[in-house]
Amino acid sequence: MTDSIDVKHFCEKVLDRAKALGADYADIRIVRRDNESINLRTGKVEYLDQSSSYGFGVRALIDGAWGFACSPSVSDEAGERIAGEAVNIARASARVKVKDVKLAPVEVHEGSFKTDWKIDPFDVPLDEKIGYLRDADEVLRQDAKVKVTDSFMEFYKFNQVFASTEGAYIEQKKVESGAGISATAIEGSEVQTRSYPGSFGGDYSAVGYEFVQSLELIEHAEQTAREAVALLDAPVCPAGPNTLILQGSILALQVHESCGHPIELDRVFGMESSFAGTSFLTPEKLNCFRYGSEAVNITADATLPGGLGSFYFDDEGVPGQRFNVVEEGIFKGYLSSRETAIQLGQHSTGAMRADNWNRMPIIRMTNINLLPGDWSFDELIADTPDGIYAADIKSWSIDDKRLNFLFGTEIAWEIKDGSLGRILKNPIYSGMTPEFWGSCDAVCGEDDWHLYGIPNCGKGEPAQLAHVGHGVAPARFNNVRMEGAK
Amino acid sequence: MKLLGQEKLRSLMQVALSHSSADQTEVNIRTGNSALTRFANSTIHQNMGFENYSVGVRAVFGKKIASGSGNDISEQGIRDLVDKVIAIARHQDENPDFVSLPEPVERIPQVESYSQATDDMTAEDRANAVRQIVIESDRIGGTAAGSYNKNVHEHGVMNSLGVDSYYQGTSARLTCVVTGPDGGFGYAQAHGVDSSHIQPGAIGAEASARAYESRNPIDAPPGDYECILLPYAVCDMLYDLRYAGMGAMSYQEGHSFMCGKMGQKIVSEKVSIWDDGRDPRTIATPFDGEGIAKQHVDIFKNGVASGVLYGSYTAHREGKKSTGHSGGINLVMGPGDATIPEMIASTKRGIMMTRFHYANITHLMTAAVSGMTRDGTFLIEDGKIISPVKNLRFNQSIVEALANVQMVGKDLVLDDGILAPAIKTSKFTFLSGTAF
Repeated sequence: MTDSIDVKHFCEKVLDRAKALGADYADIRIVRRDNESINLRTGKVEYLDQSSSYGFGVRALIDGAWGFACSPSVSDEAGERIAGEAVNIARASARVKVKDVKLAPVEVHEGSFKTDWKIDPFDVPLDEKIGYLRDADEVLRQDAKVKVTDSFMEFYKFNQVFASTEGAYIEQKKVESGAGISATAIEGSEVQTRSYPGSFGGDYSAVGYEFVQSLELIEHAEQTAREAVALLDAPVCPAGPNTLILQGSILALQVHESCGHPIELDRVFGMESSFAGTSFLTPEKLNCFRYGSEAVNITADATLPGGLGSFYFDDEGVPGQRFNVVEEGIFKGYLSSRETAIQLGQHSTGAMRADNWNRMPIIRMTNINLLPGDWSFDELIADTPDGIYAADIKSWSIDDKRLNFLFGTEIAWEIKDGSLGRILKNPIYSGMTPEFWGSCDAVCGEDDWHLYGIPNCGKGEPAQLAHVGHGVAPARFNNVRMEGAK
Repeated sequence: MKLLGQEKLRSLMQVALSHSSADQTEVNIRTGNSALTRFANSTIHQNMGFENYSVGVRAVFGKKIASGSGNDISEQGIRDLVDKVIAIARHQDENPDFVSLPEPVERIPQVESYSQATDDMTAEDRANAVRQIVIESDRIGGTAAGSYNKNVHEHGVMNSLGVDSYYQGTSARLTCVVTGPDGGFGYAQAHGVDSSHIQPGAIGAEASARAYESRNPIDAPPGDYECILLPYAVCDMLYDLRYAGMGAMSYQEGHSFMCGKMGQKIVSEKVSIWDDGRDPRTIATPFDGEGIAKQHVDIFKNGVASGVLYGSYTAHREGKKSTGHSGGINLVMGPGDATIPEMIASTKRGIMMTRFHYANITHLMTAAVSGMTRDGTFLIEDGKIISPVKNLRFNQSIVEALANVQMVGKDLVLDDGILAPAIKTSKFTFLSGTAF
């Protein structure tokens, strides 16, 4: 992490200081975060940036209330000062409380952990990366109607230490790689965009540059551009109830918004009520509420190799876990923290994460996955007499309890007599979460299942962007309300 | 952590400029401290103090540009960052559209951007403010949630062409949602440079009153309604509108709602919207991320599409000068002469909404957005509020809503950096309802 200080000794001194000032519990995270972004826009390298950030944050619990303070100066002077600030802030918090914070017990761990990667993306020459994007971008721009293109790569490296007054000392290292392309065709007032391999920032995985190589951006560029141009003259997706098959990043988003966020136990307990909202999945629904049909099985899994929501330990030192969220349609489990889990008489499911050293951890998604069913994609289409097959995110909105949603997709295809037909533009569908998942009667199998990596899940104040994952395979929903394009 | 001050920042930026071998170099340094107290269920549940530095460097060789950033502001750390950025810039492709980093064009104006009261605000002060809000929510049997944020910062920009800009600023923002009995919700907030102008009791009282008034909401059928958007909702709407094409890049690329319409009247003549970083009623900021003075730019002037916002890169593509909009906005919608009671009295059948929730663009060229109402939505019939209603989903072109504006409020509210009045529009489309 750094050669200039003894990190373990620094952590011990800060935590000892917090305890000496009266903290009943304290923890510290030291984080170094490196990032590289490359973006070609319409053939020109518009953005090439390398950034790094380093610092530490201290969380202190006193009189049943939290305080947090942080600094970019990892020094003895700053350590002592920041420990004091965290304690003082916690004492101020204790002046306005209804009840004391209590923490669910956790087994204390020590150790050093690292994810696997083959090619360190920060070691790959810039010429090679830019050249790869340039080649993909050239293919995207072969049709004159494609006016705007984006080709991008992004890489992260995290090196983090967590220590607590309970004796935990955990070091974790992780690398993440992502990339994507998009083509925007414009003709008059008509604007249409297609993206690959996902439409909300491409696709990411917690491995090395080998992931970017595996995406085959150049090989997919021609079809991406062709579909964008075809959408210009395509008929508008018809309004009215219809059978809808969702694919790819839009289904990942559907899981994210209508399942991932409502199972966050801090939302359930109202802790985000003034900003992002609460949840319809209130505690009395646990283990008995029908969230979806029997075809719907959803897990939270922080143990999946390559997942952006995977980790060995969360930011409270709780091990990453896999558990059922929805089992044959019945709601089974929450993402939780030590503070929230104990209120349900449970142990934490290990979901507390901060997006950097200067943020207080909050409950975040891990990898929230719709488990594969047993349909092949061809069987699913053949089994659908009339319907819509829609792919990739264009627009999204959901109410503050995560019930009423409306999503737009980049593209759809008509399904007639069990076959895919013409392209349709501006598909928009809406619904209410339990009814929508209740209408799911088929999920494709493992051959069509893909774990998407999403590096930009916003939550909290100040805003934090979590890196999360969603594994999905195409799924079919019946009697879905399709909205006419506005 | 105290701010470093202009001379210290300037000396650190000089380290970067003097060390650089690039044709052109730009350096940005920001330092500051902030604090945020979050409360929910009438309890402070997160309470945070932050301090940080950031250094950003852009290096240019001909038409090759690269950037980098970090938070090490030691002289050696800055030299290392410059070396890194120069190394990656040499591997860059040329960008034929790039002309130059900006040159200084005018003296940076003095703006009212700093308040000692905000700088001095403590965690105890914020806790006392939260306590005042809780007292108000207790009066209606409700619970309070929200946040109180303060920010103290300084920003310096220098480049090798002579840009040398510096300012110190503060801001404070208190937001509050009160959950009342019987399904009522209410929102209120205050935002400004000077925290001493924020009255927590009044904010709590406003949110609590709205939560009480919105108890026992009924279902309202979807459809087209006359609609009164309170100032918070108008600020939300303008926030979304900027993503639909107020920037020059989207206009130049052909996917802005302004494309092909510049100089035409496309919204009501009652609507004037501009951006002005010098306006002391906003969170005034004298210059942008390139150190260029922010200009007043009319987006709509009496309903006529009048302009878009330029940084140096987009300005040079058209042979223009930057308007000082390489990052940061200070949108203002001009006031009218109506009051909210007058808007209600003039409404035959309509919806009055407090604010948007999670609205996103569904169609760029019409600036259509879909989102939900929240924290106080009401049904109006024959000039009177007849009931609170459960939240509604809308899908509505913002341009169309602004074209149908019939009344504009005379009182402006600053919410999340945008200054706007209430408006009444003759048609707003609601698609569906929800369970609360």
